[in-house]
Amino acid sequence: MQRYILRRFLHSLLAIWVLSMIVFSLARVTGNPLDVLLPLEAGPEEYERVAKHWGLDKPLYTQYLIFMGKALRGDFGTSWKWQGHTAMSLVVDRLPATLQLAGLALLISIVISVPIGVMAAVMKDTPLDSLSKLIALLGQSLPSFWLGIVLMWVFAVQLGWFPTSGRGGLSYMVLPGIALGWFQVAALMRLTRSSMLEVLDSEFVKLTRIKGLPEWKVIWKHCLRNAAIVPLTYFGVTASALLTGSVAIESVFAWPGTGLLAVDAVRARDFQVVQAVIIVFAGVFIFTNLVVDVLYAYLDPRIRYQ
Amino acid sequence: MATAVSQSVPWYSPPKIARVVFQAKRYPVLPVAILVFFLVIPAVFAPLVAPHDPLKGSLSKRLKPPVWAEGGSIEYPLGTDKMGRDLLSRMIYGARISLLVSFMAIFVGGSIGTTLGVISGYFGGKLDALIMRLVDIALSIPAIFLALVLVSAIGPSFGTVITVIALIQWARYARQARAETLTVREQDFIARARVAGASHVRIMVRYIFPNLVNTLVVLATLQVGSIILLESTLSFLGVGIPRPTPAWGVMVADGRELIVTAWWVSMLPGVGIMLTVLSLNLFGDWLRDHLDPKLKHV
Repeated sequence: MQRYILRRFLHSLLAIWVLSMIVFSLARVTGNPLDVLLPLEAGPEEYERVAKHWGLDKPLYTQYLIFMGKALRGDFGTSWKWQGHTAMSLVVDRLPATLQLAGLALLISIVISVPIGVMAAVMKDTPLDSLSKLIALLGQSLPSFWLGIVLMWVFAVQLGWFPTSGRGGLSYMVLPGIALGWFQVAALMRLTRSSMLEVLDSEFVKLTRIKGLPEWKVIWKHCLRNAAIVPLTYFGVTASALLTGSVAIESVFAWPGTGLLAVDAVRARDFQVVQAVIIVFAGVFIFTNLVVDVLYAYLDPRIRYQ
Repeated sequence: MATAVSQSVPWYSPPKIARVVFQAKRYPVLPVAILVFFLVIPAVFAPLVAPHDPLKGSLSKRLKPPVWAEGGSIEYPLGTDKMGRDLLSRMIYGARISLLVSFMAIFVGGSIGTTLGVISGYFGGKLDALIMRLVDIALSIPAIFLALVLVSAIGPSFGTVITVIALIQWARYARQARAETLTVREQDFIARARVAGASHVRIMVRYIFPNLVNTLVVLATLQVGSIILLESTLSFLGVGIPRPTPAWGVMVADGRELIVTAWWVSMLPGVGIMLTVLSLNLFGDWLRDHLDPKLKHV
C-alpha cells in the first residue's frame, strides 16, 4: 500500500515537473523571453529589472535552476496588469471563489445524476431510461459557456430570478453552478447507471431480496453502496473537468475566480500570472488525482496488489 | 392498451423525443442528415451558399432580429450582429473553420500518435515505457491550460489552436495504436513477413498499420465532437481563432454583452455548435457499434 502511494506520488510530481518545463521553455524558445514576460508597453528599465529578477543574462541551465528554485517557493514574479501584486498572491486570493463554485457544481451534478442514474438502471429500457440517455447525450454536446449564456438569458434577463453576473450571495452562484455542473451530470449519470446495472445482476442482491428486505433498501443501500465506487474513481476526472470548465464559466458570469484571472491575464499578456495559475491548477488537479488513487486502492484491494 | 397510452402522450414529451433520437441512433439518418446539411455542405460551398459577406456589414443594418422575430426580414434570415454582418453567412463560414480545425488537428495528432503508438507497441522495452509515460503526462494536462500558456506566449492564431488540440490528442491515438499493435504483433503473418526479409519499417507500415485503420477511424470520429467543443471554447475565451474570423465560439462571445438587447447574436451560433456536436456524437457511436465495438470504453 505504501509503495503504491509512493509510486503514484512520484508519478504526480513528474507530471508537474513536465508542465513546469513546458512553461519554462515556452517563454524562452519563442524568441526573447522578455518579449513574452513583459507586455508591449514595457520600458527599457522594466526590461532590465525583469532580466535581473529572472537571471536572464546567465546560461540556460542556470536560468532553469533559478526558475525552479523560485517556483518551488511559489515565486512567479510580480504581475504587470495588477500592479503591486505578486502573481502568486493574486492566484491565492482568487482560488477560494473558484473552489466554492466548483464545489457547488459538484454537489449539483451528484444530486441530479446519482438518483437518475440509479433509477435508470432499475427501470432499464423504460422511458425514464431513454430520458437519462437523452440527458447524457445533451450533456456531452452542449458547449458549457453557451449553456451559461442561455441560462443567463432565460433566468436572469427574461425571468429576473437570479442576478446576471458577479459574486455575492447564494443567488449569484446558482446559474454558474448549474452551467458548470451540467457537463458532469451526463458523465456521472452514465457511470452510475452502468455500474448499478452490474451490481443489480450480482448474487448478493438476490440474497438481500430473499432475506425479505424492502426493495428501496436493496437498491438505495446495498446496491448503491457497491456501485458508488465507479463514479467515485471518476472523481479525479470530474475535478479536473470542473477546474477546466470554470475558466469558461467564470468568464461568462464574470465570477471573480482563478479562471477569470487566467483569461484576463492572457488577454493582457501577463505571463507571470498565467504561469502561476497553471502551476497552481496543475497542483490542485494532481493532488485530487492522487487522493482518488489512494482512496480507490483503499476501497478496492485488487488495485493495490497489482 | 399500449397504443392507447402512447397516443395520450404528446409528441413533444421528453421520453418520446428521447425514443426518436435513439431510433435515429440505430439508423443514423438523422445525425448524418443534420451533419451534411448544417456542416458539410455549407463548409465546402461557403462562398456559394452564404448570402452575404461574413466580414463586411453595414452599420445601418446592425442588430436586425431573425426573420421569425418582430422586425426581421428575409434578407437576413438569422439577423445581424452589432457590426451589421449577416449572422447566417458568418455561421456558414464558421462551420468551415470548425471542420478545418478539427480535421487538421486530428490529422496532425493522429499521425504523430499512431506513429509513436505503433513504434511503442512493436519494439516494446524502454522505448515503450518512455512513450507511454509521455502519453500519461499528455493526457493529464488539461487542454485549456495548455492553450492559455501557449497563447500568452505566442499569441492566438489558427496554428496555435491546431497545435494545442494536436498536443492533447496524439496521446489517445498512441495509446490505442499501441494496444492494437501488441495483439497484431503476435500473429503469424508478422513472423512470416520477418522471415521473408521485411524490414521493421516495412512491417509496421505495410502489415501492422492496415490492421489499425478501422479502430483509428472510429476513434477519430468519436473525437471530432469534443474537438469542435474544445475549439469553440478556446475561441470563446479569446485564446482560439482570432477575430475577425467568424468562428462559432467567437460569435457567441461577441453576443454575450448584447444578451439583453439582441439574444440571437449569441444564441444561434450556440445552436449550431450543439446540433453539430450532437450529430457527430451520434454518428460516432453508431460507427463504433458497427465497426469496432471494443472501443466502447473510450
